Amino acid sequence: MKTCLVVDDSSVVRKIARRILEGLEFEVTEAEDGSKALEICQRQLPDAVLLDWNMPVMDGFEFMGHMRRLPGGDQPKVVFCTTENNVAHIAQALSGGANEYIMKPFDKDIIADKFAEVGLIPVGQAMV
Amino acid sequence: MTPTEYEYLRKFLKDNSGLDLSADKQYLIESRLLPLARKAGLSGIPELVQKLQAGSRQLITDVVEAMTTNETFFFRDKVPFDHFRDHIMPEIIKARAGKRSVRIWCAAGSTGQEPYSLAMCLKEMGAALTGWRVEIIATDLSQEVLEKAKAGVYSQFEVQRGLPIQMLVKYFKQTGETWQINPELRAMIQHRQLNLLHDFAQLGTFDVIFCRNVLIYFDQDTKINIFNRLARQIEPDGFLVLGAAETVVGLTDTFRPIPDRRGLYKPNDPRAAAARPALAGAAPRMAVMAGR
Ligand SMILES: C[S@@+](CC[C@H](N)C(=O)[O-])C[C@H]1O[C@@H](n2cnc3c(N)ncnc32)[C@H](O)[C@@H]1O
Repeated sequence: MKTCLVVDDSSVVRKIARRILEGLEFEVTEAEDGSKALEICQRQLPDAVLLDWNMPVMDGFEFMGHMRRLPGGDQPKVVFCTTENNVAHIAQALSGGANEYIMKPFDKDIIADKFAEVGLIPVGQAMV
Repeated sequence: MTPTEYEYLRKFLKDNSGLDLSADKQYLIESRLLPLARKAGLSGIPELVQKLQAGSRQLITDVVEAMTTNETFFFRDKVPFDHFRDHIMPEIIKARAGKRSVRIWCAAGSTGQEPYSLAMCLKEMGAALTGWRVEIIATDLSQEVLEKAKAGVYSQFEVQRGLPIQMLVKYFKQTGETWQINPELRAMIQHRQLNLLHDFAQLGTFDVIFCRNVLIYFDQDTKINIFNRLARQIEPDGFLVLGAAETVVGLTDTFRPIPDRRGLYKPNDPRAAAARPALAGAAPRMAVMAGR
């Protein structure tokens, strides 16, 4: 089973994301900000990170920078999932090492499409 | 709605767009046509049927368009576009090296995601196509989807279905909550209204025809008829691409599937096909294999 770390300061968003990701057969862990997420990653890196941008303590972009510098930290696929929906933010995320980018609001189809896009799930699975 | 009214609408739709509704799709008609009837100031489906019988032009168009399913997204099913990039275009580039021109037809392009996906694929091929004349013709029955395709403006939701984020950044311009595909890509595509039930010989011949997720709505005879006419618009070494739930197998021998490339078909040599006995509509699969 692949693992996905969901990082978002909203427990509602985490819950929705968890339900969708479990439906796609991921084992899900949650963190409410970047620094908690980083602690989790220092213990064990997930296969995927679904990452909000604006969060207290440490934001998603800063977290990604730290995570990418961990040993093996280039491996996890990072999919941003944020209300920041402008080209400047998207470009910044991509150049900072993000693999995909979701603009909120999201649904199951969008998550499945984006996860298929970066090879986390087979393409067929995104089509159901 | 009475059974007579339902039968009238079924036949009306089959004659006008090919849509083949089974005997139990009253709910579908109601959910799509009731809002339309209300908007036209009519009391309900019975009055709508009367107006159609009286031959109201605008209403006929509106009803036909309202009953089409226009769902589509960028790079739908992905694999056909991988085939397009890795197999179809490399073959065409080799075969047309002298002529340096390629013609592509999206035969039910809907709101444009499919033709624009092809345009992006072609752009990504870069230098391999410099100096080439590339034509993409996108047609659809529905004027409404064509307008949207022409404008190339998509919602945030639409640009997140199937479109890799790098492509969004590279080929779209954001205006508020919407995203518009770049003028350079828009200029690659000609949009035209066309009903596949009608003659399309005037479009000329193509190297590649994408005809995806439209024939599924038609009955067997209509499919066969369209396949046979598509065969006349495709170059002998061209490619036909169908949707994931569609096939020519058991319907016609004007095309044959390409082994191991799902959704891809090649035209058969028409003389060879003529020499074979005609296939009955519902010919079992074995008969098709034996015919080859
Ligand atoms: C489900 S969409 C498919 C769009 C795209 N090819 C894809 O696969 O994503 C089907 C389209 O076929 C169009 N259509 C339906 N009947 C048609 C006809 N008789 N001639 C041409 N287009 C038709 C509809 O208007 C609709 O836009």
